[in-house]
Amino acid sequence: MAYSEKVMDHFANPRNVGEMENADGVGEVGNPKCGDIMKMYIKVDDDVITDVSFKTFGCGAAIATSSMATELVKGHTIEEALQLTNKAVMEALDGLPPVKVHCSVLAEQAIKAAVSDYYERKGIDPKDVVGEIPEPIECHFEEN
Amino acid sequence: MIKKVYADNAATTKLSERAFEAMKPYLTEVFGNASSLYSEGGKAKKGVDAARETVAEVLNVQPSEIYFLSGGSEADNWAIKGAAELGAKKGKKHIISSKFEHHAVLHTLEYLEKHGYEVTLLDVHEDGLVRPEELEAAIREDTALITIMFANNEIGTIQPIKELASIAKKHGILFHTDAVQAVGTVSVDIKDLGVDMLSMSSHKFHGPKGVGALYVRKGIRLPNLVHGGAQERGFRAGTENTAGLVGMAEALKESAEVMEERNKRLEKMRDRLIDNLLKIDRSRVNGDRKSRLPGNVNMCFEGIEGESLLLSLDLKGISSSSGSACTSGSLDPSHVLLSIGLPHEIAHGSLRLTFSTENTEEDIDYILEVLPPIVEKLRSMSPLWEKIVSENK
Repeated sequence: MAYSEKVMDHFANPRNVGEMENADGVGEVGNPKCGDIMKMYIKVDDDVITDVSFKTFGCGAAIATSSMATELVKGHTIEEALQLTNKAVMEALDGLPPVKVHCSVLAEQAIKAAVSDYYERKGIDPKDVVGEIPEPIECHFEEN
Repeated sequence: MIKKVYADNAATTKLSERAFEAMKPYLTEVFGNASSLYSEGGKAKKGVDAARETVAEVLNVQPSEIYFLSGGSEADNWAIKGAAELGAKKGKKHIISSKFEHHAVLHTLEYLEKHGYEVTLLDVHEDGLVRPEELEAAIREDTALITIMFANNEIGTIQPIKELASIAKKHGILFHTDAVQAVGTVSVDIKDLGVDMLSMSSHKFHGPKGVGALYVRKGIRLPNLVHGGAQERGFRAGTENTAGLVGMAEALKESAEVMEERNKRLEKMRDRLIDNLLKIDRSRVNGDRKSRLPGNVNMCFEGIEGESLLLSLDLKGISSSSGSACTSGSLDPSHVLLSIGLPHEIAHGSLRLTFSTENTEEDIDYILEVLPPIVEKLRSMSPLWEKIVSENK
């Protein structure tokens, strides 16, 4: 298994990393037992995501996909951000090893979760806009 | 230029100069088939015989009890499946092993379970050590084999093999040990240990890859592993890997010569590294600290994931290993770390650093300089760490 240069670049120099104060929406997906959690923060002005940041616990691909996802939605409208697919994140990173595809799914979900939170805070039911956020790819673990 | 530190010697080691030099003639002019009768074959046969004698001498057994093969996994497979077949002839189809064996053992046992055998896996407790009394309690009338690893490949804990083997002997049960991490690393005197079978692998002690051996005590007749020619006394057919086994023997001899002094040095390095890494908040050592391979450091750092730690170290020129799910390609963290009772979220954050004769105190200095800031950086971007901190305020 080897990562592309782009993945390694986004892992070594993650863009838009860190907590955001006064975010308009915060979304968190993943499970520590499965080894990854992504948290996305967005700032929204007139339906445009003017700022975005992330915090991620996870492998190299989890960090790189989070970083890339923030770049892909920053400065875009909410509508455009909701169209971001895991495939687009992967393509922008020049691909991911098969076992890491779930990281790109998490990145897509984290953006959607942040947008959902933004709508909820405004008193709007996010389901109508964001739709159902699919469950992450199952992580099978045995309880000790 | 970036400093390079190879700290993954439990995965594999660098071929030693001495082993390489010993191998050279067998890769060039001494190319004959050891089974041929003319002088070219004779030269190769001499190399094979001398290698067997050397290995036997270092491990204190008879040359006829050493069988050369392709490595540790093959040795484990042959010993376990072979002993299982011998047991089945007497109606005995129960095998005892431990929860944190190498997959070469665990997957072989799973295969046997599918073919009607019953397997009991002993607990290894928080310290990563099998308890002799628990082994004795697990023995049944139909136990055919006990197979317990000498030293664990991830956390480096050394099992009380002599004691375990004597329990097996008392009950007339065959005892095998996967000593892949131990041979060449710590002193292994097979006669003194009293085991019936023992697996070893050359590339773990600065020998070449693709060669290993199984010790089988005289009097035990395992079924043939590979049918064909008369090589390895007919048990494992196929033209000998002459250069490989000559290199293995030379590397083993060299390891034995330097072992005492080297291990004193490695233990000091290991303990200094562990002591200093433990200063990192919410870090822990995995496995007993005393009964441990001299070059093994295995730690967990809460709130971060092992693969990102490994990659960050790689960017600084340090080669390491992790028991995180992400490095293994599965979603579960290492079975070894789970077997010592670590919760999943902590097991994901493990790091293994393993040292050999090639490493120096300067390597430890460099790791201590580079690693703590990496942990801090990864924690600063981890929502899990954020939670751990806020929950413990």
